[in-house]
Amino acid sequence: MRAGVTPLVEVEDLHVHFGAARAVDGASVRVLPGEVLALVGESGSGKTTLIRAIQGLQKPTSGVIRVDGTGGSSPGHVQTIFNPTVQMVFQDPTGALNPRQTIYEIVAEGLRIKRHAGSETEQVAAALSRAGLRPPERFFPLYPHEVSGGQRQRVVIAGAMVMEPRLLLADEPVASLDASIRGEILALMRRLVDETGLAILVVTHDLGLAWNIADRVAVMYLGRIVETGPTEQILENPRHPYTRALLSVVPETREMEQQILTGEIPDPARIPAGCRFHPRCPLLQSGDLPEAISSRCPIDDPGPTPLEAVSAAACWAVTSGVDSTAIGLNPG
Amino acid sequence: MSDALLSIRDLSITYHSQGRAVPAVRGVSLDIEKGGSLGLAGESGCGKSTLANSILRLLPAGTEVTGQITLDGKEVLGLSPGGLRAVRWTAGAIVFQGALHALNPVQTVGDQIAEPMSLHRTVANDDAAKDRVVELLRRVGLPAARAESYPHELSGGQRQRVLIAMALACDPHLLIADEPTTALDLMVQAQVLALLDDLKEERNLTLLFITHDLSVLTYACERLAVMYAGRIVEEGPAWEVFENGSHPYTRALAAAFPTIGDVGSRMAPSGLGGDPPTPGDLPGGCPFHPRCPLAHDACLPAEPELRISGEARSAACVLV
Repeated sequence: MRAGVTPLVEVEDLHVHFGAARAVDGASVRVLPGEVLALVGESGSGKTTLIRAIQGLQKPTSGVIRVDGTGGSSPGHVQTIFNPTVQMVFQDPTGALNPRQTIYEIVAEGLRIKRHAGSETEQVAAALSRAGLRPPERFFPLYPHEVSGGQRQRVVIAGAMVMEPRLLLADEPVASLDASIRGEILALMRRLVDETGLAILVVTHDLGLAWNIADRVAVMYLGRIVETGPTEQILENPRHPYTRALLSVVPETREMEQQILTGEIPDPARIPAGCRFHPRCPLLQSGDLPEAISSRCPIDDPGPTPLEAVSAAACWAVTSGVDSTAIGLNPG
Repeated sequence: MSDALLSIRDLSITYHSQGRAVPAVRGVSLDIEKGGSLGLAGESGCGKSTLANSILRLLPAGTEVTGQITLDGKEVLGLSPGGLRAVRWTAGAIVFQGALHALNPVQTVGDQIAEPMSLHRTVANDDAAKDRVVELLRRVGLPAARAESYPHELSGGQRQRVLIAMALACDPHLLIADEPTTALDLMVQAQVLALLDDLKEERNLTLLFITHDLSVLTYACERLAVMYAGRIVEEGPAWEVFENGSHPYTRALAAAFPTIGDVGSRMAPSGLGGDPPTPGDLPGGCPFHPRCPLAHDACLPAEPELRISGEARSAACVLV
């Protein structure tokens, strides 16, 4: 963690509960200016709820969300939805764009709502060309259906960038795009970060995306961050057994022995006692863990990864210094 | 190829929409031998799903189909409606993407799995059908009690398993899987791929697997065919094609799925400029040339045919 840098967003011990379902259950995460943080996890891990809470679209049950070092959201307080510092890029550009508005109107909408000063045309043109739609004037009169899927996602990004945000929240930004377009959009996102100091929190289940653009990775399981660290470390030398299992089934990583977990993520209304991952944990199931640890997993919660941690894994085996790579989960 | 379960020769498919002819598949030939597996890759609109649907004649009425499709020794394009019904589910069955839409929301999954069996009279009576449903559910990793569930009560991964169970109901020889894992999470995708792999071994199933995700195909299939603008532009053994494509398009598609740990792709996402051509309005010459990083004058005069690019490999590029 760079000293003296104010995080753009800090989420501390966030809980978002829907009745008995603890969708987010003690998650802590921070994003610094000029970095891409990939929040990875499966459906039902709570990652979308987490970014909806950052956006102010979801009221936290408890915990703190500080955006841009100021104010922040305490329990019961929902931020104004229109926070120009934080902008959102959605998964499906076709669904996110109004089919009856021209691209100019779509991109200008945020400016108009915010009653932005200065020339609207210039700002729309600048946002479009920053998103790689050049010359921007050519796109002004077009409707979303008149441009390609990749261009539509660029329009969505332009609509976010026109507000000059400091943080972009992107929910599976390339999942609905063709493989060849995927790389173009990811390259654009990385370029915006490198050139403007923007920060991106990208939610994805695509570990290749993280390898392509993320500085850091946070792995979410059942409402909590279970492992966090620099991208190279998490993807090349993961320590948490859940992260290791996830990586072993990425089709591109052939060298690892596959660890296909059985079943699916448990119901967030019935989070297992002790370590929430223990019923599916291949490390525990291997029977190779020392008794002192294996007896602990089903009853003792290893707790969430702390907000300040540069690198951490919420696992008794890891915190006890057991070399998880030596047990059960041998790569190749 | 004599032992081919599926053999397609010079297949062309043209949709007619608002008085315009839209060629979706343009002269495709391919073979899958019994027990073999072929992955068909390509972007949206390249014709891969049209090709898949044509094998069981599931295309909309009025679609122009020419060429030859031989499945299990039968000429599919010449079959009578009765003959066609006999081929569907038994010679070949399809697992569609988007399991929520492919299932009937007001029927239990058990009844839906039993339906093809009663249509084809592969079971003697209702009790036998029930037993078979339970057997199929267990085989795809679902508890027998799930037979009484409605689709909305299942997760996406479970629904996909139901579709696979249904496709297996009449013991088909060919299983066509059209983007069966696209909407699924990584771990659930791995579960479904492992299941398909086991079934293939155990029943000597022949597999035609379709997706835009080249890495999944490479993992799941022995051979790989890459489609662009209605044609196959490269074909060969899956890993060789994925890791060392002969066609520039294959290389671009493969590069879109980075290998974790590969220093070259770290912080360097790789894409392909431009968009796939509209089927009704293809560029002249090689249809890939406007997007091709290696395009030159030789690409313009004519569309390249598939030619040998290695052992059991072919590619349609003038540079091969």
